Amino acid sequence: MSNSAKPSLVRRLAATAWSTQKSRENLSFLVLAVVLLAIFPIFLDVFRLNLIGKYLTYAFVAVGLVLCWGYGGILSLGQGVFFGLGGYCMAMFLKLEASDPASTSIQSTPGIPDFMDWNQITALPALWVPFRSFPLTLIAVVVVPGGLAYLLATAMFKRRVGGVYFAIITQAVAAILSILIIGRQGYTGGVNGITDLKTLLGWDIRSDGAKVILYYVNAVLLLGGVALGLSLLRSKLGRILVALRDKEQRVLFTGYDVATIKRAVFVLAAVYAAVGGAMFTLQVGFMSPSFVGIVPSIEMVIGAAIGGRSSLFGAIYGSLLMNFGKSYFSEAFPELWLFVIGAMFIGVVMLFPDGLAGIDLPRLFRSVKRLFSRSTKPTAGAGIGVPPEAASAPTGGVP
Amino acid sequence: MGNLSIFAMQAFNGLSTFCVLLLMALGLAIIFGQMGVINMAHGEFLTIGAYTTYLLSQFSERFAPWLLNSYFLVAIVVAFLLAGALGLLVEHFMIRYLYKRPLDTLLATWGLSLIMQQVFRSVFGAREVSATLPNWLMGSVKPTANIDIPINGLLLIGLTVILTGIVFFGLLYTRLGVQVRATMQNRAMAGAAGINTNRVDRLTFAFGCGLAGIAGAAFTTIGSTGPTSGSLYIVDTFLVVVFGGAQSLLGTIASAFSIAQMQATTEFFMTGSMAKVLTLSAVILILMLRPQGLFALKVRS
Repeated sequence: MSNSAKPSLVRRLAATAWSTQKSRENLSFLVLAVVLLAIFPIFLDVFRLNLIGKYLTYAFVAVGLVLCWGYGGILSLGQGVFFGLGGYCMAMFLKLEASDPASTSIQSTPGIPDFMDWNQITALPALWVPFRSFPLTLIAVVVVPGGLAYLLATAMFKRRVGGVYFAIITQAVAAILSILIIGRQGYTGGVNGITDLKTLLGWDIRSDGAKVILYYVNAVLLLGGVALGLSLLRSKLGRILVALRDKEQRVLFTGYDVATIKRAVFVLAAVYAAVGGAMFTLQVGFMSPSFVGIVPSIEMVIGAAIGGRSSLFGAIYGSLLMNFGKSYFSEAFPELWLFVIGAMFIGVVMLFPDGLAGIDLPRLFRSVKRLFSRSTKPTAGAGIGVPPEAASAPTGGVP
Repeated sequence: MGNLSIFAMQAFNGLSTFCVLLLMALGLAIIFGQMGVINMAHGEFLTIGAYTTYLLSQFSERFAPWLLNSYFLVAIVVAFLLAGALGLLVEHFMIRYLYKRPLDTLLATWGLSLIMQQVFRSVFGAREVSATLPNWLMGSVKPTANIDIPINGLLLIGLTVILTGIVFFGLLYTRLGVQVRATMQNRAMAGAAGINTNRVDRLTFAFGCGLAGIAGAAFTTIGSTGPTSGSLYIVDTFLVVVFGGAQSLLGTIASAFSIAQMQATTEFFMTGSMAKVLTLSAVILILMLRPQGLFALKVRS
């Protein structure tokens, strides 16, 4: 009886924190920060933490997709391209560092990456030369994918190509890039990708300590990305984005330069993906074309869709869940994974267009109860728990 | 003489690629071009047709040797019916809820394609299988000493011509074809004129899937079938339809032809993968210059 005042205080606090959209988002951000910076590192060993770090690199892509797809209505099926380009830029730098003349002295041309030597290339290709410098590499991680996105978006949006056509063309770009990487083995490492990455500026990235530090760098970058996304959505630009998604013509006729706005958000999404890719390379220690093509690109989209295409937080948890599910199922029941992910695609599109973040728990509970009182038919996907912090999304219509 | 025969063989290669692309694109041109539905599982409907043909060839080999010479014709019909029936089901349970959300059909049908691929893998195994070709399909025609034209390639061309003719005739002159075009051009008006647009949607989708089934049956004559055979072509096929101008069948044919010839010609000078990169990039570049595709009815928004 003594603590009877406590719940009411907690409840009052919770009610305040949950009262407005803005405070809900702030609370969700706080919860996310605690989960990423404290709970995961405390309760998980280095191996699992590294694994979570790897999944979180996909969350970068998902955050970018929420901005450009969930809010802007631009579905890109080529995010793997930007993820891969960012990752490859970083991998090229690390590979050059790992192939110093001393450790590659057994090659016929020492000082170049091993796969080039295997492919009878005798001098470092000009494409690789900038990646000797770390600052240039960091710039390239952002500029190369961002530049490609800028070109694509300029060509498409300025000619008012959008929607389905844009999705198909980005998908074709993903196909082209993965074929190109696999085909030009001597320059890219081919289907194996760029492997055996060891150090970053002399710092061994394979040690446990480095993995923990990289996890934190990754988590902080992601939180920064989410904060940037939140402030963007709260700004006028965020409102225009939503308007543009729902009625592009009207925004255009109101006098806004729709193409430029769409290009800006698409480039931003590409940069998010690229940062994720670079962090992936650092944490996992290799990069390969299997993260570039059509299939990984679509998996990134479905990760965002499962969490909630119009919730920055939902998309992060969605990517975590999706990638955790992927590694769990492909180890335990490899033949089931395609069924599971296929069903997730269909289920999330048909039953939960706003993903986990869009599930209205009380309503779901009521409808389940109603369903059970009428018949004993099981409900699909009703058992999925939704993290409370993921439920902050404004529910947005689909364009 | 030698150069001429190389040229002829090269042209024939391009023609075969053209037929493959066009056969796949026909169904898609109807579903995507006319209905605006993005069916990413289109390749899997093709695979259904291919596996049907394989099963029939196995069946006739074991139980009905008298069917061996003609099972292929039966397979075409069965493949059409099977793929079409499945298309009906998919339309009924999935697509019809998503007509207003084209980007979502893309995701949902991609999920469907993953499930179908896994079903194929569980049922038929991951290894590729091939149907036993009847004797009359083996061998080749030799118009001159240096030119070899395989008969199965000729069959593919013949089939493509006939199917394209049927689709054209059907869309332009049959009652259903007119209803389809009316529905796609103005759904509300078509409904007001007494056309049951839901029925038209259902039949159009099923017909497009059935066409994919026939394409799959035809593919067994030139290559083997695996669980992911169909998905290999899906991006190319979408590009063909978009490149041609989504609403124009004539455009689809023209674009399949130009993409196939581009691919076949560049393949002569470089490796297959580089040829593909070059072809796809060229298509995308042209699409950037001319977003409405080769043959456009109107500018899309």
